[in-house]
Amino acid sequence: MPKGIKDKVAILGMGCSQFGERWDAGTAQLLAEAFTEAMDDAGIERSQIDAAWYGSGADGINVGNSAIPASTALRLDGIPFSRVENMCATGTEALRGAVYAVASGAADIALAIGAEKLKDTGYGGLPTPFKGTFNDLWLNFGSAPAAFAQLAAGYRARHGVSKDELKKALAHVSWKSHENGVLSPKAHLRKRLTIEQILDAPMIADPLGLFDCCGVSDGAAAAIVTTPDIARGLGKNDFVTIKAVQLSIGSGIESSMSGWDGSHVRTTRSAATRAYEEAGITDPRTQVDLIEVHDCFSITELVTMEDLFISPEGGAVRDVLDGFYDRDGGVPCQVDGGLKCFGHPIGASGLRMSYELYQQLLGRAGERQLATPSIGLTHNLGGVPYQGIAAITILGLNGRS
Amino acid sequence: MTVQIRGITGYGAYVPRWRIDKQTIARAHKWMAPALMAQAKGARSFCNWDEDAITMAVEAVRDACPAPGSARISRLYAGSTNWPFDDLQNSSLVAAAAGLGKDVQTLDLAGSQRMATAGILAALDQDARSMLVVSDRPRALPASAQEVGYGAGAGALTFGAEGVIATMIGSASSREMFNDHVRGRGADSDFWWEERWVRDEGYLKLVPDIALRALESSGVRPGEVTHFILPSALGGIASAVARKLGVRPEAEADSLHARCGYAGAAHGLLMLACVLEKARPGDRILMVGFGQGCDALVLHVTDQIDSYRPARGVAAVLADALLEESYMRLAAYEGFVKPDWGMRSEKPVKSIASEQYRSAGQVYGFRAGRCGRCGTVQFPQLPICVNPQCHAPEAEFTQVSLAPESGEVLTITADWLSYHPAPPLYVGFVAFANGARLMMEIADVARDSSVEVGTPVRMIFRIKDYDTTRKYPRYFWKATPATNRTGSHRA
Repeated sequence: MPKGIKDKVAILGMGCSQFGERWDAGTAQLLAEAFTEAMDDAGIERSQIDAAWYGSGADGINVGNSAIPASTALRLDGIPFSRVENMCATGTEALRGAVYAVASGAADIALAIGAEKLKDTGYGGLPTPFKGTFNDLWLNFGSAPAAFAQLAAGYRARHGVSKDELKKALAHVSWKSHENGVLSPKAHLRKRLTIEQILDAPMIADPLGLFDCCGVSDGAAAAIVTTPDIARGLGKNDFVTIKAVQLSIGSGIESSMSGWDGSHVRTTRSAATRAYEEAGITDPRTQVDLIEVHDCFSITELVTMEDLFISPEGGAVRDVLDGFYDRDGGVPCQVDGGLKCFGHPIGASGLRMSYELYQQLLGRAGERQLATPSIGLTHNLGGVPYQGIAAITILGLNGRS
Repeated sequence: MTVQIRGITGYGAYVPRWRIDKQTIARAHKWMAPALMAQAKGARSFCNWDEDAITMAVEAVRDACPAPGSARISRLYAGSTNWPFDDLQNSSLVAAAAGLGKDVQTLDLAGSQRMATAGILAALDQDARSMLVVSDRPRALPASAQEVGYGAGAGALTFGAEGVIATMIGSASSREMFNDHVRGRGADSDFWWEERWVRDEGYLKLVPDIALRALESSGVRPGEVTHFILPSALGGIASAVARKLGVRPEAEADSLHARCGYAGAAHGLLMLACVLEKARPGDRILMVGFGQGCDALVLHVTDQIDSYRPARGVAAVLADALLEESYMRLAAYEGFVKPDWGMRSEKPVKSIASEQYRSAGQVYGFRAGRCGRCGTVQFPQLPICVNPQCHAPEAEFTQVSLAPESGEVLTITADWLSYHPAPPLYVGFVAFANGARLMMEIADVARDSSVEVGTPVRMIFRIKDYDTTRKYPRYFWKATPATNRTGSHRA
């Protein structure tokens, strides 16, 4: 195991645009919104940014390839600026680039920014991705909810959970996020729902109903990172450091070999194992104070609770129904509403998760502030459960671990 | 020294699962064509959105010849009056998907209701292990008599000198420019002349002469015919011709009109498959093909008839039905109405010829790689074995087709969000008995019959999507519930 980057990189500033159906804003405006907030928070000038990473997932309906649309929107001239794309894990991928640049000494101050303009498609849900000429001849994706709904069938078969019991737990997952979203001013969906409304919603991909699916939103989020020394030099005393950034990709084992049973996400497990090791966490259930996970669908959040080793195998249904992940539970999950209610502009989501941890750790979360969190985790999933990318970051207050 | 007599060695059939009660069609048109109700008896078959003459032909070939490797078919005649391609050899595509060898000689038949009998004559005229498949979905206008009368399906025969189940003992043919119906290039439907003229001036005057000549050449008297096959889109024709010929009424084969409708040029082979499925050694079959003249064949069933079994057989295929209760599904699949499928359906589909050729074995032949080092069967085949304990190079793989493999559903959902012309899209992982697995579309699912974890499935060759710009269907394999569930489909 390499030494890792624990506490080598500090967050100097973060920003997040209003998420939602931003009929008023294009990608450039969304980028500028997040960037301006992050720059004000960091208290630096444009000229101090040494390098930048821009994440966007769907170029076809966004602003096009490369980082040029971002550099022109933000007027960042003459610096290394790259576009990264790793499906829905793109936001964390952008952060990883910036964090590694600072940790390596190649940059003193680096920017990670992600954005997605999804509401120019003309319809709900995500646009269908292109798959490449070979995959296009055989690969059947179905929709995103269809891909994640496979987990429900696999989980039920593995753990002997009835359809009704699972559906009840899934409804609680979404109910909780709607409760939290109400307290989140920048969230896309800020409306309470009853369990009955969630259970009775129209079916999207069995057993996932409309309210088991996250919001498809426009939005952008940004982080400016530096070294702890430079952060102190710039007058920051309390700051958040990166305890771990890990990413894990699949190589086809789940989709081409007979071992995987469809009940869990292998990549989350390997990324979590490495992230905990990098951060020095041995018992996440007691050591992690809050988590922001990739709840693209309620079933994803449910299995993620086990894949992060917080709930025991087969124990997520019980934990969820017991309220362990509610904002007053043992490990509050999605206190900002999550993808479910804060929204899911693909390229921004990983950074939006870090933004919430950052606010909570610094005690700036306003109405939804948790008591005294000191360690938080983000989990950002790209692709589909059986062929995808899991990205995990662990953030903590400087000096604590 | 024994002389090997060539003949029919096997048969197979396919009829789409989708059926609709003919009364349902007639009721939809009652406001303007009330007379349709009287002739609307039984059910007709129709193609699912992802079926066409090619996919039906593949199923019929697989039914007749489930082990193409050992059957060593050297020639394939494949016919339809509704091939999806004007210039692309349809029979080659059928051969590729059905797993026939690369050295098979292929020929397309087209443009004739008589191609089944003409095809049999051509196949028997040659010293080869041949196969004939005819697959058709005749097209009619809404509210026409043909819309009620037509169906869809495919039939296949194999020919050779070993395991002969029926020999041809006589035949006769004629040509005659009698145009009972015609479909010009680009026309959406068949154009029919008056039924009474077709019957009296056509069938009743043109068929008997040729049929009698064929019988005469075989030494069989009309009264000795055990099965009389005269496929026709029109009702009552075969009975009238049989009467005129002196063929016993009980010899008249089931027209299948009430079971699946008239499947165009394929209908004769469907009827023959039905007859052969029940035939006894010594039976004498008189089969007629009619269209710009006629062919008459006299077949003699051998005592090997009981030793042959198709993979599923026509009785099973006919019983394997999904009954649609809404006329609008038929109307949409036949192209009479264009529902608003939404913007998701606008995603461009482009055929990449060079990629299709590179991956033809995987896409058409459904060939997975079996790693020579660790034995893992994997689809798709990529340059390196997927097994993390192995990672052998692709050069060490052997090829195994997943088409004949049985599998079961590992995970499943019904997806209402994706664009899919038969919503919902049933999609899930299929786990194959040989260890392979694949995320697959599951087709022909009745909404009220469930597909669940553990449901056994078999593989079918279907249209994957359609390049509308270039009018080019792209094909791949799908799964379908293996058991014959007769289900009713309620909207």
